[in-house]
Amino acid sequence: MADRWIRFVVALISVILIAPVLVVLILSFSGDPYLRFPPNSVSLRWYETFLGNPEWRRSLIASLSIGLMTSLISTVIGFLAAYALVRGRMAGKRIMLSFVLLPLIVPHVITAIALYFVSAPLGLVGSRFWIAVSHSVVAAPIVVLILMSTLQGVDPNLERAAFGLGASRVIVFRRIVLPLIVPGILSAALFSFLASFDELIIALFLSGVSSETLPVRIWNSLRMDVEPTIAAVSAFLIGVTVFVLLIDAAARRMLSVGRAAPTR
Amino acid sequence: MASIRDADRVSDFDPAWLILPLALMLVSMFLLPIAWFFVRTLQDSGEGFAEIVDTIWTVLTSPAIRGSIVITNWIALVVTLVALLLAYPIAYMMARSRGVAFTLLVMCVVLPYFTSVIVRTYSWMVILGRQGLINSLLLWTGIVDEPVAMMYNTFAVVVGMAYVLLPYLVLTLYATMKGIDPSLLRAARGLGAGGFYIFRRVYLPLTLHGVFSGCLIVFILAIGFFITPALMGGPSDVMIAMLIEREVELTLNWPLAAIMSLFLLVVTLVLYSIYYRFANIERMMG
Repeated sequence: MADRWIRFVVALISVILIAPVLVVLILSFSGDPYLRFPPNSVSLRWYETFLGNPEWRRSLIASLSIGLMTSLISTVIGFLAAYALVRGRMAGKRIMLSFVLLPLIVPHVITAIALYFVSAPLGLVGSRFWIAVSHSVVAAPIVVLILMSTLQGVDPNLERAAFGLGASRVIVFRRIVLPLIVPGILSAALFSFLASFDELIIALFLSGVSSETLPVRIWNSLRMDVEPTIAAVSAFLIGVTVFVLLIDAAARRMLSVGRAAPTR
Repeated sequence: MASIRDADRVSDFDPAWLILPLALMLVSMFLLPIAWFFVRTLQDSGEGFAEIVDTIWTVLTSPAIRGSIVITNWIALVVTLVALLLAYPIAYMMARSRGVAFTLLVMCVVLPYFTSVIVRTYSWMVILGRQGLINSLLLWTGIVDEPVAMMYNTFAVVVGMAYVLLPYLVLTLYATMKGIDPSLLRAARGLGAGGFYIFRRVYLPLTLHGVFSGCLIVFILAIGFFITPALMGGPSDVMIAMLIEREVELTLNWPLAAIMSLFLLVVTLVLYSIYYRFANIERMMG
C-alpha cells in the first residue's frame, strides 16, 4: 500500500530531523580527547571544562544577562505593538505588520554590520545592554507574532462590556486583558529570551572581547580548532531550548484551561 | 449594537498609539543604521549620484561578485527544493495524525527549529566529518576503506542549510494541509478516483499555495544565509552574506560590503513584497 510507504518515508525523515540533536547530546558525554562519533568512552569531563573554565562561565553569564534584558525589553515593547495591531483603529494594519516583521526577513548580516557601523564610533561595542537592545530588534517581532495570535483569541466584547460598565482603560487592561493573556506573555518572554540566547551574528559584531556570548564562543572555537567542549556547551543550549518548550507547553495548557473556565 | 458603539466611544484612547515604542525602536535601531551605513560608505565611492551608480554596477558585474551571486542563488534554489521534498510528507503526516504520533512528529520538527543555528550546524559537522557518524558507519560496515570527504563542499552546505530551514516549510505546509476539507477527498474517492490520482488532481493543487509561500520564505532566508555556509562550505562556496562579512572583518573594504549588502537587501525586499501579496504574513514563522 502507498500509505505504508508514506509512513516509512516520514519515519525516516523524522529520524534525520531529530538525529543531529541526539548526536550532540551523546557526544557531550564523550570521554575521548578529540572529536569522534560514536565516542569510545563516557565521561562528564567536557561539562567540567565548560563550567570550570572562567572564560566559558563568563560567556554563560553574558548570554544569560543579555537574554534576560532582551526578553524584558522586547516583551514590553512587543506587547504594546501587538495590542495596537489587534485592537487599534488604524489604516494599513497589514502593511504596518509587514514593516514590524522586517527584521526577521532582512539578512542578519546586514542588520549586524549596520548596527556595528553606528555603534563603534559611539563606543558601544562590548556593552551587554547595547547587545540586548540590538537583540530586541529581532526578538520583538517574534513577541508581536505570538501575542497577536493570543490577543485575537480574546473576545473584544469582554473589554467592551467592562468599558460599558464604566471601567477605565487601565482597569480593563489590568483586570480583563492581562489575566486572559498571561500564558501568551509568558511564552513571548520565553521565546524572545531564546531568540537572544541563540543569536550569533549580531552578537558576533557587537560583543567585542568583553561580552562574548556562548554562540559567539562556539563560533570562534569552530573556526579555529574544534574542541570537544563545544559538544557540552551545545548540549546545554539544547537543554535550555527543551526547558523553554516544556514551560511553553505547560503555559498553553493553562491557557486552554483558562478559556474553558467561564463556560462552566 | 448601539451599546457596543457607545462602549467604543467611552474608550477615548485609541490603542493604535501603543505601536509607537516599537516603531521608534525599529526606526532608530534598524532603519536608520542601515540607511546611515549605506549613505556613509557609498558617498565616498564616487563624485555625484551617476558615478556612484556606475561604481555599484562595476562591482556587481565583476567576475568574483557575479560568481558569488550565481552560487548563492544556485545553493538557495537547491536548498529550497530539498527542504520541500522532505517537508511535504512530514507536513502531510502531521495534518493527518493525532495522539502520540502527532506529538512525536511535532517534537521532531519543533525541537530542531528552536535550537540555535550554530548548534544545528555543529551537529552536522559531527555527522559528516572525517571521524563522524556516517564515516564511522561506512568504515564499520566495510563499504569504504577510507573516510569519505563529505565536509567543506557544496553538498555539506546544502544538507546543513536544508536542515536549518526545513521547519519553516513544514509549518507553512501543515497550516495549509490542515485547512483542506477532508470531504473533498472523500468525494473524489466516492467518484471512483484512485489514491495517486486524488493526490495529483485534488490534494496537490489545494496545497500549492502553501508550497509557494513556504518555498518563497525558505528561499528568502537562504540567500541571506551566513553561519552554515561559512562553517560547512569549501573555498568555492562563498555566498554573498559571507563575502559581506569577509569584507568587513578581514579586508575592511566597507564600500564593497555596502554595495553587496544593498544588492542583497534589494533582492530580499523584492521577494518579500511578493510574499506579502501571496501569504499570510502572521504565519511567517510558523
